[in-house]
Amino acid sequence: MCTTCGCGSGDIPLDRHKDDVEHEHAHIGADGVVYRHVHRHHHHGPEVAHRHDAEPAVSREVRIERDILAKNDSFAAANRLGFEQEGVLALNLVSSPGSGKTSLLVRTIEALQGKTSVAVIEGDQQTSLDAERIRATGVAAVQVNTGKGCHLDAQMVQRALAEQTPTPDSLLFIENVGNLVCPAAFDLGEAAKVVILSVTEGEDKPLKYPDMFRAARLMLINKCDLLPYVPFDVQRVIENARRINPAIEILQLSALTGAGVAEWLEWLERELGAVKARRADSVDALKRRVKDLEVQLQAQHTFPANEPHDL
Amino acid sequence: MHELALAESVLQMIDDAAQANGFHRVRKIVLEIGQLAAVDPAAMRFCFDAVVRETVADGAVLEIEEIPGVGWCADCAAVVPMDDFVAACPQCGRFAVQSRSGRELRLKTLEVE
Repeated sequence: MCTTCGCGSGDIPLDRHKDDVEHEHAHIGADGVVYRHVHRHHHHGPEVAHRHDAEPAVSREVRIERDILAKNDSFAAANRLGFEQEGVLALNLVSSPGSGKTSLLVRTIEALQGKTSVAVIEGDQQTSLDAERIRATGVAAVQVNTGKGCHLDAQMVQRALAEQTPTPDSLLFIENVGNLVCPAAFDLGEAAKVVILSVTEGEDKPLKYPDMFRAARLMLINKCDLLPYVPFDVQRVIENARRINPAIEILQLSALTGAGVAEWLEWLERELGAVKARRADSVDALKRRVKDLEVQLQAQHTFPANEPHDL
Repeated sequence: MHELALAESVLQMIDDAAQANGFHRVRKIVLEIGQLAAVDPAAMRFCFDAVVRETVADGAVLEIEEIPGVGWCADCAAVVPMDDFVAACPQCGRFAVQSRSGRELRLKTLEVE
């Protein structure tokens, strides 16, 4: 209700004081002047009141100076810390719709079966079709529907992780919404973004969508089995990608035939190895630190440092 | 169109600030958007107008300060203007320009009452 003007206190018939219904009422200003006027207003909670020009409000400046993405980034940092502590290699798979992300995932999961534990988070605007395709391989998949949203954000990933926690020393694929624009801006806490580009798309995609190709660590050129049938210049797409991101790694493969998938699996193994090694290092460092503290504690017991010594 | 999500983030920050600073209306919002931040100021305005309706920021003026992109060329070490991530270094013509500024995306100040 509108607290400043006193509407809703009973002096206005209820049917006239509904949202957007014009009505008349009076205000008494601080100077004792009575303002009588006709108005309509939206009802939206006690903190929002309308103001009269005759009673100018004092304005002030509030400095915020914060990144607009700060909230997303703090969720992403929490996700990343969780992944590092558990030795989970989390990869954010991004591409246009139809590049073959889900087919590549199915092929990858089948190849890793019995060797590496895999979990999947599927992001789509609607339906759980992709998660069902993943579950058919026997791997757990959480479907996140973004609804009107065009990308996954770090908080959505956090909620999905609460639903299904990845096992330690495992791979987590986060398949983002098919979109080469928006997912580039939202850190999910992943170790790397992997961008997938299929040969049925243009070689100029890296130039048209530079933010995504700049954000990615690895580019996978998919559907290479179709190269004989499409006018796609692999060298040109590689040049274009390196123009945007000189450090980007590039692999060519076909999720359909399996050609080039071995190199992709090697890449995954190497990256997962690095994540596990970092985790082992930090566990070792923690163990050393505990040992040091125990030694110090022992020393304090034997020679109490705080007690005065007799001279 | 991730501007919609960004506009919602800005509104969330305004709501948090309203709680912390005890204001009930926002007159002006100043954002800093870098030229290389992948955010279109016009789309941001459009989305912002939509999300602030019937909130403390309804009717507020949205001021956007655009920060020009500045790059550093890893090949010739020149500091150069950078309009996008595709452009070659204007000094040496190679493509090793790394962004130094222009990726800002910040809520700077609010004028409130």
